[in-house]
Amino acid sequence: MRVELTVDGREHSCELRWGGESLLHLLRDHCGLTGVKNACQQGECGSCTVRLDGVLVDSCLVLAAQADGARVATVAGLAAADGSPHPVQQAFVEAGAVQCGFCTPGMVLAAADLLRRNPCPTAAEVRRELAGNLCRCTGYAAIVEAVLLASGRQGSPPAEDERRARSGPDEPAGPVRADGIGDSPVRTDGPDKAAGRFEYSSDLARPGMLWATTLRSPHPHARIRSIDTAPAWAVDGVRDVITAADVPGRPLYGQMKVDQPVLAADLVRYHGEAVAVVAAEHPEAARVAAGRIVVEYEPLPPLTDPERAIEPGAVPLHPDGNVVAHKRIRRGWATQDRTPPAAVVVRGRYTVGMQDQAFLGTESGLAEPDGAGGVRLSVATQWLHVDQEQLAASLGLPGEKVVVRPAGVGGAFGAREDLSMHVHACLLALRTGRPVKMQYSRPESFFGHVHRHPAVMDYEHGCDPDGRLVYVKARIVLDGGAYASSSPAIAGNAATHAVGPYAVEHVWADGIAAYTNNPPCGAMRGFGTVQPCFAYESQMDRLARELGMDPVELRLRNALSEGGRLPTGQVLDSAAPVAELLERLRGLHLPPAPTEPDPAVVRGVGYAACLKNAMFSEGFDDYSTARVSLRVRDGRPVATVTSAATEVGQGVLDVQRQIARSELGVADVEVVEADSRFPSAGPSSASRQTYVTGGAVREACLAVRAEVLDRVRAETAGTGEPLTLANGAVLDADGRRVAGLADVLGGAVVEHTREFHHRATEALDPVNGQGDSAAQFGFAAHRAVVEVDTELGTVTVLDLATAQDVGRAVNPQALVGQLQGGSAQGLGLALLEEIRLDRGRVLNPSFENYLLPTMLDVPPSRVELLERADPHAPYGIRGVGELPAISSTAAVAAAVRAATGRPIDRVPIRPEDLLDLPPEPDPG
Amino acid sequence: MEVFRPRTWAEALRLRAERPDALPIAGGTGVMVALEIDHLRPPALLDLSRVPGRDGCAGVPGGLRVGGGTTYTALAERWAGQVPQLAPVAASVGTRQVRNRGTVGGSLGTAAPTGDLHPVLLALRADVELDSTRGVRLVPAQAFYRGPETTALAPDELIAAVRLPARVGPLRYRKTLRRRAAVRATCSVAVALDEATGLVAVGIGAYGDGPVRAPAAEEFLASRWDGRTAPEPALCAEFGRRVAATTAPRGDLRAGAAYRRQALAVLAGRCLRELRPEPTGVR
Repeated sequence: MRVELTVDGREHSCELRWGGESLLHLLRDHCGLTGVKNACQQGECGSCTVRLDGVLVDSCLVLAAQADGARVATVAGLAAADGSPHPVQQAFVEAGAVQCGFCTPGMVLAAADLLRRNPCPTAAEVRRELAGNLCRCTGYAAIVEAVLLASGRQGSPPAEDERRARSGPDEPAGPVRADGIGDSPVRTDGPDKAAGRFEYSSDLARPGMLWATTLRSPHPHARIRSIDTAPAWAVDGVRDVITAADVPGRPLYGQMKVDQPVLAADLVRYHGEAVAVVAAEHPEAARVAAGRIVVEYEPLPPLTDPERAIEPGAVPLHPDGNVVAHKRIRRGWATQDRTPPAAVVVRGRYTVGMQDQAFLGTESGLAEPDGAGGVRLSVATQWLHVDQEQLAASLGLPGEKVVVRPAGVGGAFGAREDLSMHVHACLLALRTGRPVKMQYSRPESFFGHVHRHPAVMDYEHGCDPDGRLVYVKARIVLDGGAYASSSPAIAGNAATHAVGPYAVEHVWADGIAAYTNNPPCGAMRGFGTVQPCFAYESQMDRLARELGMDPVELRLRNALSEGGRLPTGQVLDSAAPVAELLERLRGLHLPPAPTEPDPAVVRGVGYAACLKNAMFSEGFDDYSTARVSLRVRDGRPVATVTSAATEVGQGVLDVQRQIARSELGVADVEVVEADSRFPSAGPSSASRQTYVTGGAVREACLAVRAEVLDRVRAETAGTGEPLTLANGAVLDADGRRVAGLADVLGGAVVEHTREFHHRATEALDPVNGQGDSAAQFGFAAHRAVVEVDTELGTVTVLDLATAQDVGRAVNPQALVGQLQGGSAQGLGLALLEEIRLDRGRVLNPSFENYLLPTMLDVPPSRVELLERADPHAPYGIRGVGELPAISSTAAVAAAVRAATGRPIDRVPIRPEDLLDLPPEPDPG
Repeated sequence: MEVFRPRTWAEALRLRAERPDALPIAGGTGVMVALEIDHLRPPALLDLSRVPGRDGCAGVPGGLRVGGGTTYTALAERWAGQVPQLAPVAASVGTRQVRNRGTVGGSLGTAAPTGDLHPVLLALRADVELDSTRGVRLVPAQAFYRGPETTALAPDELIAAVRLPARVGPLRYRKTLRRRAAVRATCSVAVALDEATGLVAVGIGAYGDGPVRAPAAEEFLASRWDGRTAPEPALCAEFGRRVAATTAPRGDLRAGAAYRRQALAVLAGRCLRELRPEPTGVR
């Protein structure tokens, strides 16, 4: 069937591949209009929003044939005729409403449509109208701000009810140079993202490329008796089918423990495990063919309870048993296992459900044979180099034959630390000699990456009559699922962070990760500290209640501060302003009480605080590499920064640019995202890139600067020291211009490469878990205000405020965006987000039933920044990305606890939990 | 997969009769999800979006006719004056994008148990206008819904319109949601008052095997409430419990059965309370 339509003023004529094709696929795959994003395929997220004959629609819900003869407007047509951005696009970029940017095209179209209908909306109207567009990065605050900003510029003053509900440091902690450190320059990829021009991994296309689709196990645990791929080969358009037998190199992968099959061979250990992959001329053929592969399974009983899995005698799911890792801390009397006397003791058992990172841009990439036996993979990832190493091993190729290139990332949050389609696509490309593209659907994405570990946590806190903690006993059992992924490090984090930001003399802490037949769990923002935070903060509330003490007062009494000692024995040797963070939050005004209170609705305020290690811990040599070169182009000095730090939406490209601007005093800075042939920057994870790659860029800049200044000294005979670089010139100690930088450089290129390692950390003692295991700790706190309908069990978050010590705000706007976005993810875990399992089977792999917070669910979120420089860190910065996602969950739970008087020992909080009703039965 | 694209209603009816295996598609908000996510592959699709004149509200003898092609957005905005009871319900559906596409006919045709219109049409005692080459028939909403995603629609019929009675009293619609927006109802209820008789009619959605009336609760109330005074809280609570006892609730990913039973009782009680919030004479 042929469909003719006009898109953004251009006529297109397309032959559909099949009658059921959606307008989304037509626009992306036939018309090449990749500004229309594909994130859920069922009208839940708004990423594919377009205007169809002037009406705002989800293009995934429109049959392509229905658009025959229609006029379609995509984000690409939003700009003015002269190419200048639409006011909404401009406002999104300026207000920091763009992070990964995957939601942005749909969001700006929806916002522009709203402003067309209602030129002067209130913030509440914006939230209601744009609730059909999900964002996973921003927490929506900056988006609301951007829409109001655009509204104001269209001639109507914006409503004041939600303007800049954020505050920053009162005084910058250091000198702010325009567009340098401490400033918030417009993010460089912002205009492209707002215009829909930015190329994500899912937008890559090559002539003659094949599409590949994965066949996955319907069983959580089964023996594979046989696989017959012949019926798949018989499907028209199929070019290759691979199974485990076709993996030429190492059959297993894993970044910490090599235990996960590239393709399941004789055993499947979780629902959704990859069994075979088909490459075909188009995606529908691949999908049909994958469905025809005949796999004979012998289902085995799934082992799905992590506590039972680690009991002696449990059936081992892997040769070395079901305990992936057990990290143990014993401090004080705990080393003799003697419980000290305590005036008040509270015990609790806390449960955390399985959260998904739910980035909007699903796993995707393009593998291309290099024609010489090697392969290049362009992929959305957090760490090129571990991908590359694992790829080469499984492909059986020498390292130099495998290149991993960074492709546009639609959010990460930990879910791109492990391999997904990498080996499959590369193997198919090598075998067929053709480019192979893979993009997971939303349901497949839920099977295609690891999740946050569910946890069951038993806690006992003892304190003296004044509420000072005497001891804490914590046993944290994490469900690692079928394969190890990052479980060993996560178990370590769970143990080392088990008591939170509080001083305790005597500590028992056990972090145990178990193998089960549930989906594999691994890295997600917070990395093993979110679960214990919910438990230890719930315990603090419980203690406060037992003592009849104000919960904030109890926390203040126990708050760690600089010089304090952690359960590992590590001394906090820089600022630890836990009390100040809590005080700041307590000082914020509360939302006004309702004028006509509903007797069924109760209100509560909850507080929570947390700490988190930044960067890699426990003795890992963590480093990044950066190259900085300085040259003259068109008469102007230009700096080029090269690193393999992956931009996942957090803004690491701009941070590098800002550092180079500040250190070299040049306006023009290019940042190159290198591929895996450049030395490693380590991953965009563990709140580490600004610190580590920022540190490497800084050191490379200092080397470049030193060489430039040496040249000047050689010519000016050492007057006016110390010399500096600023505004494209060399200045003397009095700020007088000694020479123009362009003149000094002439035709020369000054270039230096530096590796930056953060200070060394120690492995934990295997017996008592003692050791200076972390390079740095950061601290944050949240205050949540909720209303609970006590008859319906529904919770509304009215206000969610974050306070965090960031050391030094390198880019305040991006930083606030991290805090608001992280807080929203924590809110999601508190109330909504859970992968539901029934005996190992995933019940809700879709955005229909895995519920992300919408713009209406996330309240205006205030941010209080402290800048207490860490003297050990470049510029004094602290890793910031994860902290906001840690204590927000616990704060929302605390607020519900305060509102209802209920213990709240599980997140997500279900309506049933607030009504004394049994939790839903397993629908399976 | 063939796609039929009739340009007239008569052609649509003819195609429907000839190809009952062709799945009708209107706004696509239900069918497209079935194709994309559930990988439903019907032999053919019957696209109704090109048939003109299927949308809008117009007076007809005995009431008001709402065309099957009317979108939620049109109900919520353009026709809000004609259908004040339906407008806020339509405005509460899904997202702006879905409201712009989803239609009355599509809602009835897919009969998703969570559909917001079903309980309201039941409570308003609406009729569903079904058309075929055999002719038009009117089916009361109560008889139209026949269990989970099952309706009285014959294989050769299309949903032409819904008809609302001329005399429509106040109506309250309430639902619980697992999050604050853009999500299907966990359970829902509509309570409509016929001011002439003082009788209420109740429609229940997203609860048991399909949208249903609550005859026992309606009868219970008929003997205890005149429809004019503000109902006592105890009466509202008991009414709510009886509404919830109409049929067995189901448990699914959105909620367990026990939760639905309790929530529906609360919602129905609140609806009743709000029908007559002030004492007679004050209004």
